[in-house]
Order: sequence, then structure tokens, then C-alpha cells
Amino acid sequence: MTRPETPDRTRFGLLMVFVMLLTIPALTGGDSFARPRSLATSEILSSPTDLAMVPVLPPAVCTVQAADVPEDGGGLISVTWEVPEDTPGTEFITAFEILRYAPGETPAPVGDVPPTDRAFEDGSAEDGTTYQYIVRSVSPSGFTDSEPSGPAVASAQWFARGRFPVLLVTLFFCTAVLFFVQRAKGGAELFIRKIPGLEAVDDAVGRATEMGRPVLFVPGIETVSEVGTLAALTILGHVARRVATHGTRLLVPVADPIVMTTAQEIVRAAYAEAGQLDAYDPGSVAYLTYDQFGYTAGVDGIMVRERPEAVFLLGTFYAESLILAETGHAIGAIQIAGTKETSQLPFFVAACDYTLIGEELFAASSYLSREPVMLGSLKGQDLTKMTIVYVIVLGFVVGTVGALFFPGGNSFFSRAFDALYSWFG
Amino acid sequence: MGSTTMLIGTWIAGFLTLAIFSFLYKDNPVYKLAEHIYVGVSAGYWLIYVAFFDVYPMLIQGFQNETGIEKWILLVPGALGLIMLSRWFPKTAWLSRWPIAFTVGIGAGLGITANIQGYVMPQLQATLLPVTGWNIVSLNNVILTVGVITTILYFYFSKPHKGALGWMARVGIVFIMVSFGASFGYTLMARISLLIGRLYFLLSDLLHVID
Repeated sequence: MTRPETPDRTRFGLLMVFVMLLTIPALTGGDSFARPRSLATSEILSSPTDLAMVPVLPPAVCTVQAADVPEDGGGLISVTWEVPEDTPGTEFITAFEILRYAPGETPAPVGDVPPTDRAFEDGSAEDGTTYQYIVRSVSPSGFTDSEPSGPAVASAQWFARGRFPVLLVTLFFCTAVLFFVQRAKGGAELFIRKIPGLEAVDDAVGRATEMGRPVLFVPGIETVSEVGTLAALTILGHVARRVATHGTRLLVPVADPIVMTTAQEIVRAAYAEAGQLDAYDPGSVAYLTYDQFGYTAGVDGIMVRERPEAVFLLGTFYAESLILAETGHAIGAIQIAGTKETSQLPFFVAACDYTLIGEELFAASSYLSREPVMLGSLKGQDLTKMTIVYVIVLGFVVGTVGALFFPGGNSFFSRAFDALYSWFG
Repeated sequence: MGSTTMLIGTWIAGFLTLAIFSFLYKDNPVYKLAEHIYVGVSAGYWLIYVAFFDVYPMLIQGFQNETGIEKWILLVPGALGLIMLSRWFPKTAWLSRWPIAFTVGIGAGLGITANIQGYVMPQLQATLLPVTGWNIVSLNNVILTVGVITTILYFYFSKPHKGALGWMARVGIVFIMVSFGASFGYTLMARISLLIGRLYFLLSDLLHVID
């Protein structure tokens, strides 16, 4: 949803830009609006600048070095150079042009940078080809080439060692999850605390049954690869079982074709589990549109026409969250909402009866399903969360002791804090 | 011709805007008309969009233009897409679970590393905030550290929220609600600007009441 551009605003904007163009160059005493850009050699040489103002050719840069960019996916060579200090003509340099050649080739430009830069990354290098680079200092009076760099070959690396901490944390997390999954599969009782709002699920379905009105389940607007959608679909299974048992009507409008397929499977399985497969209506899970607000308009229409008694807004929601929740509130339905989108949670908290905040949505799906994989995953996440808390406390204590009791930055505590801090960088 | 088309377009847009606004009073046939047009047009739009901007350039043209492994790997998504159509036939409907499982698995697998690298570690690093003395920065650091720890503990599900854990979880929910309040106000401001934009369209482009 973008604000429509109006002719008046455009006219006013153009006027302002025109005034600025007129005034600012006059104030700064030059063409300050000209975006600094590096010029090609041909442009420099043909520029109308008074060459008498630039008496000498620019100096050649020195220490030109070329090397493969480490720990990358290949195709990148880094070129660095230095500019000799206090050399006449340095101030007239307008750009550095980088030329590259492979054995047997003529040097050809691969890019240029402003005179303040001292490095360039050549992203057009082919892996396995040996290149040498020349840095050309360009000024209005001409150019001077540097000595060629040493040979450099671009190559891809298997591992980015700088991301080693990410690997360790990922391994820790995955090991914790797998450990608890195995424990759950082995029959261990894994405790999960009750989540407020979950108990209301059965009450809401029961109330809809008593009133003879349908249950509306909205699984968000995202695709099935979103974890929020997956959690919502797990809860849908529980709701569908209750609905099937009570003989209540279920409405599931969806915004994504694959979510529709998955939701149909889940609802059908729930009816079969409840022994009510004959009562299953494939049309209860209906595709509306993938368009965010088109879907919202459609769901709003269903709400006001079908008058569901219980509305579940679980999954991934964005700007449509308040529109849906307000409509549900207006028809007097009991509403249970949940999403991981922190920017939408305030609207659900304000307009719904029960809200599953962030990770409570995932915990709820684990709690209801009692699946070993989901329970183990939740327990693994809990272990990771507690580890994070310990790391934060450790960092806080070590950093505080170092700063308060050993000022100067060279103590064991300060160095330990710095090491911990940079490890997570 | 161009101005006539624009005029008609403006009138249609104005009518549909008012039709959608009429929902604020109550559900009515005019809103129903606008709603059905919106849902139908947007569904058709996305069908065309997916066909011409995803399937055709990325799959069909990709298969025609690529060489080597990049060409033949495209058979995998093509086959998975075709398998989804097996739902039309009840006997083979179970096959459609394969592409769904593939999509879910890829999404979850990529999400773990991306979230650890993009969210968990940077946020953990940004929360390593020591007290450096009696100053406002240190006070801010303490509030942030306490806020993060108690909020994390609110989302700890392995123990009941009783005793010290319960107390800290209650502090955590206070921090959460304060952030929700700020977020609510911030987003409401953005929504108001959208409303102003729509009203400006009605009063300026449609009715020419304001310039």
C-alpha cells in the first residue's frame, strides 16, 4: 500500500528541487550537486579543464598488491595500494583506474574508484586464472601507471573460518534438540508448563457448538515453510479433532495453495481420528487469494456472514492482524490469537481474548501434539535459552568487574570480556 | 483517450474505496461487491504473476538457457511441482506430501543457520553490556540486561512459573508489554498516515475539494 502521488505534491516537490538546485551550488561556490564519480581515462583526457592549472602528471601509486579474498565463494580478488606522501601532483588525482591482465593479454580496465580509496575488489575474476593488476592514477593532465602487482588467483574456500562460532552454536543447538528428541522417543516424560490460552481452545469450540455457530481458523498469510504456519497447522489438527467430535462446522480460509493442501490433509486426518470421516467437508478448507489485503477482505466477509463463535488467528500475520482481530471482536466471537511477529502482537493483545505471544505459539503446538520430535525440539530450545542467559550474566559480571575494579583495560577481566564480545561478532 | 481512461480509473478507484469504507457501518451488498472483485482480481493477478515471473523465467526459460548441472537440476523443482498435481487423483494424492515435506525441510534447515547468525548471535553480543560506573549509560545497560534475561525466562517452558522463576517471568512480561505499547503507538501512526493518504485521494483526485 503506497501513498498515491498527486500532481500538486509532484509540482511542489519539483519546485523545491529546482530552488535547491539554484541556491545550493551558489552557496557552496561550485557544482556541489555533481555526484562524485570516478571518470574513465578518456573522459579525463577530453575534459575542458585548463591544463595549465595542473602542471605535472599524477604520481604513480606504490606497493600494489593483489590477493584472493579469503574465505569466500570465489571470483573475488582484492587489490590494495598506497599513495606516496608529499609527492607533487597527488592533490590533482581525480580517480584510480584498475587494470587487469592475464598472461599474454593486454591490460584492460576492470573498474575505478575515487581518489580517497586505497583498495578495490575485482568481482569479475575467474577462479583458477592468474591475474596481475595495474593501478592507474588519473588527473586532468593525464595518467600514470603503477608497477604491476604480483600474480593473484581467485579461488573458493570450503570453510569460512570467521563463522566458526556460528557453527559451534548451531551444533550445540542441534545436539540439544536431538538429545531431547531421543529422550522423548525413549519414553521419558518431558515436562512443559501449561500455557494460558490453550485451555481456552476447548472452551471456545464448546461454546461454538452450544451456540450452533461455526469455528473459524485463520492460519496466517505465509507459506508452509514458515515455522509460524507450521505451528498453526499443528494446532489446527487439535481444533479439528475437537470440532469433529462435537459436530461443529469448521471454516479454514487460506492464502497459500500448499498451506491449503496441508490444511486439508490435517483436517481430514483429524476427522478420521475422531471417527467422523463422513462428516469431513473438503470445502471447509478454502483458498481465497495470496494477496495480503484481498485475503483480509475475504476473511472479514466470512466473519460477518458466517458469524463464527470462535475465531483462531494463529500463524504469521502482518498489517492485516488488527483488521481481522477487530472484525472478530465486532461480531462478538471469542478470539484466540498467536503469532511470532512482534510488531503485530500488540494488536492481538488489544483485540483478542487470549494471545499466544511469540514462542508460546510453538510451545502450544508441542504441548497439544505431544509429538516426541516437537517436545524434544522445545526442550532443546529451552536449554539453549538458559545457556544464553548464563552467557549474558557471565558477560555482565566479567565486564562490570573489569570496568569497575580494574580500570585501564588490560586486566584479565577486561580481556576476557573483549574476547567473549568479539567471539559473538 | 489517456485522460478518459485515467478519469474512469479514478472513479472506479474512488467507488471501490468508498465501498470498502462502507464496511465500517456494516456488511452490505456494495462492500460484498468490492470484496469479491478484490479477492477475484488479486487471485487472478497472483496466478499470472507466478506463471510469468516465477515458473516461465525460472523454470522453462532456465531449462532452455542453462547448461550442465544448472540445467538438469531444474528437473527437481519441476517434478516436485508436477507431483503436487497428484492431489487431483485420490489414489495418488499421498504423493503430494513429498514436495510439502521438501519445502518444509528446506525452510526449517535454512532458517536455523540464518536465525542463529542473523539474530541470536548479534543480539547476544549487543546484550553484553557491563556497568562502567555511576552514569546513565550503566543504568541503561542494567535495564537492558535485566529486560533481556527476564524476557527470555518468560519463554522458558521446562519449569512452572513459580518462586524466583515466576517472579522473574512476571518482570519479563512487564518489559514485553511496555515494548508492545511502544510498538502499538508506532504502528498506529503508520496506519493513520495510510488513512490520510486514502482520504487525500478521495478529496483531491476524485472530488477536487482540496488542491
